[in-house]
Amino acid sequence: MWEYLVDRRGLIAFQAFQHVSLVVQCVLLATVIAIGLAVLAYRSPRLTGLANGLSAIGLTIPSFALLGILLAPFGFGITPAVLAVTFYAALPILRNAVVGLAGVDRSLVESARGIGMSRLSTLWRIELPLAWPVILAGIRVSTQMVMGIAAIAAYVLGPGLGSFIFSGLSRLGGANALNATLVGTIAIVLLALVLDVVLVLVGRLTTSRGIRV
Amino acid sequence: MSDTIAAATGDTVEQPAGTERQVSGVSIRLEGVTKSYPGQGKPAVDAVDLDIPAGQMVMFVGPSGCGKTTLLKMLNRLVEPTSGKIFLGDEDVTGQDADQLRRRIGYVIQAGGLFPHMTVATNIGLVPGMLKWDRKRIAARVDELLELVGLDPEVYRDRYPRELSGGQQQRVGVARALAADPPVLLMDEPFGAVDPITRQRLQDELLRIQEELGKTIVFVTHDFDEAVKLGDRIVVFDVGARVVQYDTPEAILADPAEEYVADFVGAGATLKQLTLTRVGDVELLSPQLARVGEDAAEVVRRASAAGEKYVVVTDRKGRPISWPSLAELSRVATVPDTVDEKLPVVGLRSTLNDALDTMLAASQGGVVVTGRDDVAGVMVVETVMAAIQRTRDEVEG
Repeated sequence: MWEYLVDRRGLIAFQAFQHVSLVVQCVLLATVIAIGLAVLAYRSPRLTGLANGLSAIGLTIPSFALLGILLAPFGFGITPAVLAVTFYAALPILRNAVVGLAGVDRSLVESARGIGMSRLSTLWRIELPLAWPVILAGIRVSTQMVMGIAAIAAYVLGPGLGSFIFSGLSRLGGANALNATLVGTIAIVLLALVLDVVLVLVGRLTTSRGIRV
Repeated sequence: MSDTIAAATGDTVEQPAGTERQVSGVSIRLEGVTKSYPGQGKPAVDAVDLDIPAGQMVMFVGPSGCGKTTLLKMLNRLVEPTSGKIFLGDEDVTGQDADQLRRRIGYVIQAGGLFPHMTVATNIGLVPGMLKWDRKRIAARVDELLELVGLDPEVYRDRYPRELSGGQQQRVGVARALAADPPVLLMDEPFGAVDPITRQRLQDELLRIQEELGKTIVFVTHDFDEAVKLGDRIVVFDVGARVVQYDTPEAILADPAEEYVADFVGAGATLKQLTLTRVGDVELLSPQLARVGEDAAEVVRRASAAGEKYVVVTDRKGRPISWPSLAELSRVATVPDTVDEKLPVVGLRSTLNDALDTMLAASQGGVVVTGRDDVAGVMVVETVMAAIQRTRDEVEG
């Protein structure tokens, strides 16, 4: 095992970087999309229901199946991987963003409007900062979840540590097959923990001391 | 009409709307202002005409659901009127850009409506920021306003709302509303969520601030005592924001326009006259004062010579902090700087009602009366009783 690690440290490091890079970029993209959708939805009960339904049902779609479906129009490579990971990452964030925005005290929004803030600046300066801790909690859940899903993206030849797992599994019983699978899995778990710590720090830095719990 | 009434009740009431007060507000005029919601038969606010003179504090009272809050929110167009016109001064603001308009109208809601993720200074500086004041000017204004509402800028500037008590949050809310020096202030049950003693202090502060600034204030409350205490004039509303009576507190108490108003004012109207008498209007006792750090024995000698059993201890700024007996003082060498949190204190603009409440809450037979920053005197329960007796005699005779 140790030998395996040392021999392939360059490849492991490269794939780990690719994996994290895929996840971080997709989560960022998903955050923007999810908050955008939540902003459109949270004021209307019907759209809120739709958004919640979408995020609940979306999560039941097996990632393997979705990747398979995406293969048809986009072929192998990075595109279906990014699409699938972003899709799954957006769901918990969307749900939390809707809940967070709807949870902002209406009297504060009225207070903001009452002192002359425009609709947009009320959203930007009052509602989003107040909903931020809840949204961030969604981002953490998302990040953990898509670390795993990104591994499956290797099935469509996407980048990342999934390639170790798949190559290991396909050669099970062969030389280093178990090592490859284990390295892929353990690295993903460790990186997920590291990313979570980073997100906690981001939360500390981006949440006002006035609403930190 | 109000003049004759005031004369009839012994003219103890000093009208704060007098000529000496500086007026920085503008008048507000409503013409046929109506708000109807689709699917509801009767309009929530039905063709209201109202004139609010510049520099006066006008109270909107009425049962819940009568449309008083809706009417208030139409003044800054948080609720768009269905029809009718609203004038600030001579300017028709009905069609003006609502955001621009609101920056010229202070707005205070229950619990201050402070934004919890912003510091006190940021909260107060919001409107000046929107009006593109420069940073230095905003910072200076924030400190000035904190002083005005009785909070030390050094201590409170960088705090977050949750680090303040309810009363302090409310003060900051008032400071924020005053930030850009708007001529008009709208207050929507601002003191509804604080305890009675704090509420009374906040009311006193508001009266003091109003004395200094002379804004046009529209204040919604469901508490008739509050309306009598604060208002230059009171509007009593019925359902549909129908104006039942619009007059001075004295006139409404003495001569309710309809059965409805009489019911609303309540049975204790005679005692409610106590709400009209201010602490500053009755004779106060002059207590023996002692400064923190003075020689205690000397203070005790001075006080016993004057025949007093208590002295009022003031801090270095002259504000009262405690009220020890001579016996307590004779046990220490110098006058201690302990702050008695329960010390009963009222302002000169407090009503006799407040004073009585404060005494009862503190289980004391008297209260210390403060001017802006000093001790104006002491009032004892006997003074309140005498005032009640006097009012009763006047009403019966």
